[in-house]
Amino acid sequence: MKCMFCDNPATIHLTDIVQRQKREMHLCERCARERKLLPAPLGAPLNLKALLQFLLQALRSFESHQDTRSCPKCGLTYASLKAEGRMGCASDYTLFRSTLEPLLERIHRATEHTGKRPRAAQLRAEMEELRQRLEEAVARENYEQAAQLRDRIRQMEREVEGTRR
Amino acid sequence: MSLEALLPNLGEWLRGTGPESDIILSTRIRLARNLADIPFTSRADASQKAAVVRRFREALAKANLPYTLQYHDLATLSPLDRQFLVERQLISPELATHQGPCGVAFDHRESVSIMVNEEDHLRLQVLRSGFALEDAWQEINQLDDALEAHLPYAFHPQFGYLTACPTNVGTGLRASVMLHLPALSLTRQLERTLRAIQKIQLTVRGLHGERSHALGDLYQISNQVTLGKSEPRILQELREVIQIILAGERQARQLLLQEQRHVEENRVARALGTLGSATLITTEETMELLSVVRLGIHLKLIDNIPTTVVNQLFIQCQAAHLQKIVGHTLDGEERNVARARFLKDRLRQLGPQHS
Repeated sequence: MKCMFCDNPATIHLTDIVQRQKREMHLCERCARERKLLPAPLGAPLNLKALLQFLLQALRSFESHQDTRSCPKCGLTYASLKAEGRMGCASDYTLFRSTLEPLLERIHRATEHTGKRPRAAQLRAEMEELRQRLEEAVARENYEQAAQLRDRIRQMEREVEGTRR
Repeated sequence: MSLEALLPNLGEWLRGTGPESDIILSTRIRLARNLADIPFTSRADASQKAAVVRRFREALAKANLPYTLQYHDLATLSPLDRQFLVERQLISPELATHQGPCGVAFDHRESVSIMVNEEDHLRLQVLRSGFALEDAWQEINQLDDALEAHLPYAFHPQFGYLTACPTNVGTGLRASVMLHLPALSLTRQLERTLRAIQKIQLTVRGLHGERSHALGDLYQISNQVTLGKSEPRILQELREVIQIILAGERQARQLLLQEQRHVEENRVARALGTLGSATLITTEETMELLSVVRLGIHLKLIDNIPTTVVNQLFIQCQAAHLQKIVGHTLDGEERNVARARFLKDRLRQLGPQHS
């Protein structure tokens, strides 16, 4: 059977009955899509912005008061975060944390990062802590521990250099 | 390096080599990164964006990498050149239209690239031919470490790497695999398969990423979740799904050969006939026909056209590439004429198309 609108084979057959009047349609996939008789094809772009707006809107019901905070660093307001679904700078993640967490829960089904961490920055932070412990050890005249700490710090210094290669 | 020098090359993702390359064209991983003390691109003014570019280029110069990344300032490139880079998957359509200081750095193999001042300050990307998630991850992880040694990244102990859009926060990692799935499509199993993929938090898109539809049965499958899972786990979950799809496509291809070999031979012959004789042809039609030819090669219905040639034609028939080949700008209709002529010439060079 051929499509009612073109010569392609009809692969979609629709029957509707309205007030005992039976009506049949036989179409090919393309004509059916053109006439919006089929759902949108897969691979159609996911409208992330609309999705985010929808999610943020849903969150509005949880708020009991109007949030008037704005970020001193980038000027992002709660209203523009809601409207655009975009963060303005790194500090927004801390400032708007309470809004963000339920949103992240919906997007990622998680709120905690468990992956990679910046290596050089982390090493520097750990080294700082070891240096403090070294000072304490020296103050307590625990020279054996101090020597161990010193060796570890030196090793980490080499590692930070290593990340620079 | 001028962009013209890239024209005869294929770019890593179209080389047509690598594991499972009969079905998988390429593997791509990108990492979204931002500098800690500068607002994200959409909230940065021109001088802040310029600072991102400057600091990135300084870090790049210091980072000791096993390859050289050449930086291209997008402001100095014509719209045609920008489109050319989009078609080669080196920049996103969004970056191509960005106003203000931005650019891209990439290596001569076009395997590693870094977009500067896209939605995030830095978008690191590694492309590999075939199915190579592990390989791509090792490479991009190293690149990330090398840059991080010189750049303070925006990182939060709870939320991970901070990004302009909360959909990328955490690992900032998006891994995409580009598959050619003509047999699943022909046997009408594709829609069901793709719907199942979307249920398990993976995304399916067409050739050029977001806002593009599937042309020539090419699909990109990528992870959606970036937070709460480690990078190896994200990659492992994607790998498992891709393997299932691979098996499905292989099975569908066998089925086509067993059940309707003659029908397929006919389709391939007609596709080659049209490609070799049309005097006017659109990108869309070219892609659909090349898809048929590509399947024909892997079903061993034709043997005188190498896959790399088909891959090459996939990209050379795109608007900006075609204009670069011809050497001047063309409007839509002129492009369709030039495309048809180009295809005819290329196929003639390969000789008669009989199996």
